[in-house]
Amino acid sequence: MATMNFATQLLQMLAGALLLISFAMLAERRSRRLVTLLVWQGVVLVASTALVAATAHQSHLYYSAALTLLLKVGLLPWILLRLMRKLGIERDNEPLVNVPTLMLVGLVLVIFAFGLAQPVSALATTIIRRTLGIALAVVLLAFLMILARRKAFTQVIGFLALENGLFFAATSTTYGMPLVVELGIALDLLVGVFIFGIFFFQISEQFDSLDLQHLESLKED
Amino acid sequence: MATVSALATVTPLAVLLYLIAAWLLVGVLGLVQSNRIGWVARILFPLGALVALGVAGMGALALTADFTAQSALLPLGLPDLPFHVRLDALSGFFLLLLGSAGAGISIFAAGYFRQGEGTAPGLLCLQYHVFLASMAMVILADDAYLFMVAWETMALSSYFLVTTQHRLPEIRRAGFLYLLMAHVGALTLLLCFGVLHGGSWQMTFDAMRGATLAPAWASVAFVLALFGFGAKAGMVPLHVWLPEAHPAAPSPVSAMMSALMLKTAIYGLLRVSLDLLHVGPWWWGLLTLGLGLGTALYGAIFAAVQTDMKRLLAYSSIENIGLILAGIGLALVCRSFDMRLLAALALAAVLIHAFNHALFKSLLFLATGSVMHATGERSLGKLGGLIRRMPWVAMLALIGSLAIAGLPPLNGFVSEWLLLQAFLQTPHIPHAFLNMIVPLGAAIVSLTAALAGYVMVKFYGVIFLGQPREPALREAHDAGALERLGLIWLALGCVLIGIFPQVALDVVGRVTLSLVGTTVQHGQSAWWMTTPVASNRASYSGLWLWLGLLLVIGATFVLVRLFHHGRLRRTPPWDCGYPWQTPRMQDTAEGFGQPIRHLFGPVFRQQRELPLPSDPQPRYSVLISDRFWHALYLPLARLTRRIADSLAFLQGGRLSIYLLYSFVTLIFLLVCVQ
Repeated sequence: MATMNFATQLLQMLAGALLLISFAMLAERRSRRLVTLLVWQGVVLVASTALVAATAHQSHLYYSAALTLLLKVGLLPWILLRLMRKLGIERDNEPLVNVPTLMLVGLVLVIFAFGLAQPVSALATTIIRRTLGIALAVVLLAFLMILARRKAFTQVIGFLALENGLFFAATSTTYGMPLVVELGIALDLLVGVFIFGIFFFQISEQFDSLDLQHLESLKED
Repeated sequence: MATVSALATVTPLAVLLYLIAAWLLVGVLGLVQSNRIGWVARILFPLGALVALGVAGMGALALTADFTAQSALLPLGLPDLPFHVRLDALSGFFLLLLGSAGAGISIFAAGYFRQGEGTAPGLLCLQYHVFLASMAMVILADDAYLFMVAWETMALSSYFLVTTQHRLPEIRRAGFLYLLMAHVGALTLLLCFGVLHGGSWQMTFDAMRGATLAPAWASVAFVLALFGFGAKAGMVPLHVWLPEAHPAAPSPVSAMMSALMLKTAIYGLLRVSLDLLHVGPWWWGLLTLGLGLGTALYGAIFAAVQTDMKRLLAYSSIENIGLILAGIGLALVCRSFDMRLLAALALAAVLIHAFNHALFKSLLFLATGSVMHATGERSLGKLGGLIRRMPWVAMLALIGSLAIAGLPPLNGFVSEWLLLQAFLQTPHIPHAFLNMIVPLGAAIVSLTAALAGYVMVKFYGVIFLGQPREPALREAHDAGALERLGLIWLALGCVLIGIFPQVALDVVGRVTLSLVGTTVQHGQSAWWMTTPVASNRASYSGLWLWLGLLLVIGATFVLVRLFHHGRLRRTPPWDCGYPWQTPRMQDTAEGFGQPIRHLFGPVFRQQRELPLPSDPQPRYSVLISDRFWHALYLPLARLTRRIADSLAFLQGGRLSIYLLYSFVTLIFLLVCVQ
């Protein structure tokens, strides 16, 4: 640990910031703030990717950093904000589980993720292998957020945060996926958000609300 | 093993792969102008037929004496899991079958498909050619992965073809049943391949050939393969989908499913049981033999009581598949006792019968298509006397009927004769129990052949002979030129194999050589003779019989012309001298099948409604259904339903509960990985 150079320390700090933002998202109930947090998460991701690219001399990571910047800091938040304005979403209802409990469950998940990442990161050879645990924790926390929210809109934000965690896991263990795969995932994400948008309109038209409890009436008996 | 570079040089395998791609291309071109029937039917289907001829030609090349098996890797599939393809004698034979029968069906289809029958013609063209291409890929596949991909593509494309008229609820029901059985079969096959790799986790057939399985596991793999391929082939008791799905499809598709798709199942069974698995215990063969004989008899009996002409043909397909399975069973029994010559004889009979069935069953299904287009009727009770209105179709269907009934100068006789020969040679089996069982099998094969003859008399007699049962039939028109061409092509195949069976035996000899290590036809005395085992045993000459028949017919004709000329009289057929014969007085399909229904009464589940003698307007109706459906399938369906109901609480309707399921699963899997 003592021999950690500056870049590695910086990366670990960025990873810590990512985890912190995840916890903040878990606790946040206002939709607009959630989008802001998502943007911040994107920024941290771009910074860490660029840093890995610079230290490991992986030029293709620059492209994926640029792509992330374009998509996750620019385009997707813009689409989400527009959707919010059109649908008049302000805040989510009370989560299914109250926030302090959610935090405690989140903590357990983080410990679990670190325990899980221990043997895997021992195998990884990259300079930032210790961040794999954080990446996994981000994924699990995002999942927890999807689980605990009632409105479709917040669930989509959770979905995007989950993808951020996966992306971070990929850069931290293997210097990122091949560019083709990343392009494909980016496209999938974009299409996914578009489809979600269409669904939002349908759901809110059908039930006059985006609360997913209304979907229970769709079940066949 | 050759690699991708094998595709660059001109080998039969490379040409085949390009031909399969051409089929796909033809299919996609159908979408270009999907509603213009002229483009799709008059240009694309004949193109598909040409490609089919090419496939047949390449298959035939693989059966020449100096051909060695070729294999290649395709740059497709998943990373680290490329597609392997291989062309050897067995796949060559089945490609020859696929191509030659497929060419006839495609040419017929070019004249058959019209505007406005369910699915748009262009889409139909795509499904049709994907179906053909996937069957060819099943035959060429050399690893379990590609095999299953092609197998499922085949099932799906044929499902869409079956449900062409998807607006009719009974056709949707037939399609669903077909899809369900196809998936049950595919799952069984997946398990079978899972056993076959023998712990090496190599999914290539090469690795499976080399794997040594414990005897118990080899038996498990065999039984799984028998049931998986049996479900596709229509083996009793997995046959229930077949008489529903085959008649539901348009006639060229029925022909393809009966003639070609069932054969891919036979191919698969031969590939697994004779090529991938090592020599097994004799009860494998006995099991196959028993199921095959049961299937054959069951199909023949049910065919005899059908009143819908396409259902009748579908049951007849079950019967023929039964005969083929019985032959495979016999070959397996002989192989387990290392009696290679007899195994080769049974196998040769199986292969030739598969080829013959492809020819005559597609011929008959296509003929019913022409009849349906001309009359709009499928029910035998509303047809009759069409030989005057549709002489071409009637003539060609006669050839098909005679062939399928197993009458001597045609091909059906050849294969059934060979099969009986194989049964009759078996007293040499060194096993007392089998020695008692096998002659019984010969008896059942003869009974089945006789019943098949009965069925065909009914089929042909009720449709084409007698008087028209409906006034509308007098306006029926004959098939068009393209339809005729397709029928003639298939009929020609029936006749040629009938005349020159020794050529067919030579061809399948390449396959038997590669699978059981020997060929039949050693002590050949003359080129026109067919002597399967030895010249002092039974032999047969199609050519001489054919010439003799021609001579007798010609002499009769000349004698009648000479001595009896000028007094020809045309009267209503079958009137027995009774002056006021009406069409309603003729023997009906139900009436003709009544003796069989009586004799084999316990086999059927019958619901009869008999009128009282005093009834002024008597109505008689009988509904015959399958006992397996009520005794096996419906209880299974009820059980599944009950289990599903008891698990329905899992589907609570709350999205967060569903998400919790996946979250818990994820955590559980992560813990497991650790």
